[in-house]
Amino acid sequence: MTRAKHLVPVLVLLGIGVILTMAVIDMPAFGDPEAPAHRHVAPRYIARAYEETGVTNMVTAVLIDYRGYDTLGELTVIFAAGVAVLSLLVGRKTR
Amino acid sequence: MTTIVIKTIARVLVPFLQLFGFYIIVHGPVSPGGGFQGGVIVGASMILLALSYDLSSAEDRASHKVRIIMDSTGALLFAGIGLLCLLVGGVFLEYGIIPLPMAPAEVRGLMILLVGVAIGIHIMALAASLFLHLAEEHDT
Repeated sequence: MTRAKHLVPVLVLLGIGVILTMAVIDMPAFGDPEAPAHRHVAPRYIARAYEETGVTNMVTAVLIDYRGYDTLGELTVIFAAGVAVLSLLVGRKTR
Repeated sequence: MTTIVIKTIARVLVPFLQLFGFYIIVHGPVSPGGGFQGGVIVGASMILLALSYDLSSAEDRASHKVRIIMDSTGALLFAGIGLLCLLVGGVFLEYGIIPLPMAPAEVRGLMILLVGVAIGIHIMALAASLFLHLAEEHDT
């Protein structure tokens, strides 16, 4: 009974492990310039980031301009987390 | 616990640390760095001050109220610049549309700098706040 109970999770884990290993093998090599992630918008950013934004640091141009929504969301998450933590910490000493 | 050696080194170090942090924030558009990294360095200078002196001397430089105001200002400034683009007829965060007497590319560069400063203000206040309030509990 207990062996059968342990067998199911082990089989599930093995199955997930096989799927994940197959997915990792199919991934492009590390730093491959032909990887799909490097062929979509990256060449355009590299070619036109300076003339479009006037900013020499391409990382900042992508971070704040092209992916501005992402950074705004990031800042909002940090703000919300910070305010939540501070609301727990502030004024505990007086209580 | 803190000796005169630590206090002197911290006193000499803190202004340079803050200057370095502001340099990293303002130089975000031209060199590696930006609001997040520079903000954390400026926040760390307040942590150094609190560790080497005491909490109240750090609290004197940046009180709880000032930190909360800076924290909110940074987030509001970023969202405000995004909304400004909306007001002048563009889409949200489309910096190039803001009507300034410059080329659109330069306006975008300027707004990238402003947003970087906003992120820096936000992060420096938050980094200092988290440490000072956590330390407050053990400082009895």
